[in-house]
Amino acid sequence: MRPTTLEELQALVRERPRLLPRGAGTKPALSTPPPGVASLDLTGLAGVREYDPGEFTFTALAGTPVADVAALLAEHGQYLPFDPPLVERGATLGGTVAAGLSGPGRYRYGGVRDFLIGVRWVDGAGQLLRGGGKVVKNAAGFDFPKLMVGSLGRLGVLAEVTFKVFPRPAAYATLRLDCQAAGLGAAGRLAAALAAVTKLYGSQLDLESLDLRPDARSVAVYVRLGGLPEALPARLDRLDKLLGGGDLLEGRDDAALWREVREFTWVPAGAVLVKVPLTPARVAALEAELERTPAERRYSAGAQVAWLAWPGPIADLDQLLKAQGLSGLLILGEPLRTGPLLGAPRSDHAFAQRVRSALDTAGRFSAP
Amino acid sequence: MIGHPFLDELARLFPPDRLLTAAAQLAPYESDALTAYQSRPRAVVLPETQAEVIEAVRVCHRHQIPFVARGSGTSLSGGSLPVKDGLVIGLNRLNRILRLDPQQRLAVVEPGVINLNVSKAAAPHGLYYAPDPSSQPICTLGGNVAFNSGGAHCLKYGMTSNHVLGLKVVLPDGEVAALGGESLESVGPDWHGLFVGSEGLFGVALEITLRLLPKPELYRTVLAAYHSMEAAGHAVAAVVASGLLPGAMEIMDRLAIQAAEAAVHANYPPGAAALLIVELDGEAQAVEEEFKRLMTVIDGTGAYEVRVPKTEAERQTIWKGRKSAFSAVGRISPDYIVQDGVVPRSQLGQALAEIDQLSAKHGIRVANVFHAGDGNLHPLILYDGREAGALDRAEALAAEIMALCIRLGGSITGEHGVGMEKRQFMPQLFAEADMDAMWALRCAVDTLQIANRGKMFPGAEAPALSHRGPHPLERAGLISRE
Repeated sequence: MRPTTLEELQALVRERPRLLPRGAGTKPALSTPPPGVASLDLTGLAGVREYDPGEFTFTALAGTPVADVAALLAEHGQYLPFDPPLVERGATLGGTVAAGLSGPGRYRYGGVRDFLIGVRWVDGAGQLLRGGGKVVKNAAGFDFPKLMVGSLGRLGVLAEVTFKVFPRPAAYATLRLDCQAAGLGAAGRLAAALAAVTKLYGSQLDLESLDLRPDARSVAVYVRLGGLPEALPARLDRLDKLLGGGDLLEGRDDAALWREVREFTWVPAGAVLVKVPLTPARVAALEAELERTPAERRYSAGAQVAWLAWPGPIADLDQLLKAQGLSGLLILGEPLRTGPLLGAPRSDHAFAQRVRSALDTAGRFSAP
Repeated sequence: MIGHPFLDELARLFPPDRLLTAAAQLAPYESDALTAYQSRPRAVVLPETQAEVIEAVRVCHRHQIPFVARGSGTSLSGGSLPVKDGLVIGLNRLNRILRLDPQQRLAVVEPGVINLNVSKAAAPHGLYYAPDPSSQPICTLGGNVAFNSGGAHCLKYGMTSNHVLGLKVVLPDGEVAALGGESLESVGPDWHGLFVGSEGLFGVALEITLRLLPKPELYRTVLAAYHSMEAAGHAVAAVVASGLLPGAMEIMDRLAIQAAEAAVHANYPPGAAALLIVELDGEAQAVEEEFKRLMTVIDGTGAYEVRVPKTEAERQTIWKGRKSAFSAVGRISPDYIVQDGVVPRSQLGQALAEIDQLSAKHGIRVANVFHAGDGNLHPLILYDGREAGALDRAEALAAEIMALCIRLGGSITGEHGVGMEKRQFMPQLFAEADMDAMWALRCAVDTLQIANRGKMFPGAEAPALSHRGPHPLERAGLISRE
């Protein structure tokens, strides 16, 4: 099923008892329908509907590839500051919203939730509904755009989205700090890296991104600055002094590094990818478990999210996360019969149950 | 002793000094900052713990009595107006900052905590709470959450919802739910995002986890005076096109400037038809370079006078005039209505021209102060409440301005919320199916419709209307209508 008009989309929703929307399928663990559930391909609903660079907003159909929008914005020196992931693989705007995914650049100005300002979606009754608006500031009505972020296609089908955008920093540069001093054990290396994070959290520096990458030998801290090129040398100098040194990555090296993060090219073939929200204070306990596994991992957006490339049985990771009191979302890999949520129990609270009952009375979107 | 089962049950939960039922005790709660509306509740309770709030909600649910949670009552949309014969749950005593964690840049607060107090508590750690509604010295976080409050910095920093990480809430039937968490990221639907801005219709926030930001290291501000509003509008467009992202961009028109001068002697450039204030904030070295670029842009906009404050005191003087513009309007008019409609930024000139025409057509003066960066207008509709029919005429003009904002592709409210004031305009902004979906959601969360009944949706119970002039706190200069 691949509707090419909003009317077709509405008709298809009314016809099928159970549905799971799918964009470009770049996050198979989220978009592969379980048996008995029909897949609804949204890629036929693509295209930018409105874009006036002076407004800092655009409106596009949900199946629009993020890459198309990013290219259009770039022509006018603008960008999506939440740094959407998997762009080069073809991720769509709707899929990015429904999955609730933001990239490393979300550290500076906020995530997809902070830049989505309006939605049109089809509810369980096949109605085309609207929430939010097309202006950057709006307090009228319930905030349906926020609700759709992370809704995983389980609350309705996104049809059209409106985003706030910002002027793109004219230049970037990254400082890499390798915590691998001789004599430091794994815990010591991590402590040094987290100390750098604490230092940066306590500073008034405006960072674009702040990531940690532990491996068998070291923990690398990546700190990215963006802005006017004439200010960068002095700012980098200050950052270098604060951290006590580091390697400078500029131009292509800087771009390649963050592209690798955003596109998940660092995830080994065959591994699944899991998103785990956390705070810097939870990193040490999680690392104590993970360092005993071969899992590649990265702590991104100021260590507010862990990306885990898990090579073994997913049940083991589920247990590990439960024990840590953390939740996870399976992104890449085979879908699970039990749904994409892992770890700490995420049973719906009363508020969630009531909202679901109102928006999807027939349970059309209630895939696990 | 009180003789009504509902009140008797409350009396078992709250001591007499925290259960108000006498007329004289209820009077201060009859209005919020939208003083044209008043309504007398049956009782007011003043809980001191979260458990007492939950119990009060449960009592209301058992007796099917509507309730309104209220902080400092600074709502400009009548959001905390009592439901007639309902219960007001006054939350000002739940004013504890439960946790301040500078290392994780977050604070967990109770709903009665005053907005500015979060920034004060965070200041020693170099942090602050970004959303800054102009009532921030007095408004509470619970109200900010309910109405998704804004401020002057929303283009760059977002609104309240962009700074709430998690919530503990009591739903209208007394069930408690934890939404969101402590991380900037989450998995699953953004439940706390939906709760923020729900205008009290989904229940009461008991605990709010807020994101704190590092205090901007440097502010650089410029004030530019123009002979026409059009020129000021072009200047805003030029700043936007330059690739800069100012923390604030504000415009005042001639009437608003006059009022500000009369009130606080801001010493603005004389003769201006429009004043533009642009402020950059952030890391010092970045802001210095950006400011150079900003000044190049401003120099090309035909301003007849440009001022750059050299000291923090000079900067504060510029802002004082802007921030006092609302209360200052009291110097030139006994009463006024303030609107907060939004238009796409490119339509600002068109909107202001049409507001001018409407003003002339109705013979009613309108002063304009607005957040130019995000298209959020604040037309101040001046009238004299002692004149028969004056309020009605002012409201008729306000209605036309709201219709104008909708026609230009904007919204009826940028930051004050719908509340009582704008509920009849919701069906103009949203299609019938959209309204039905919102109503279905409201009813699913609150089957009895007891939480802040009558707000946001037209046609719900209408309380008595009468005009009462400025709020006492406004008269005292503690709050202003921004």
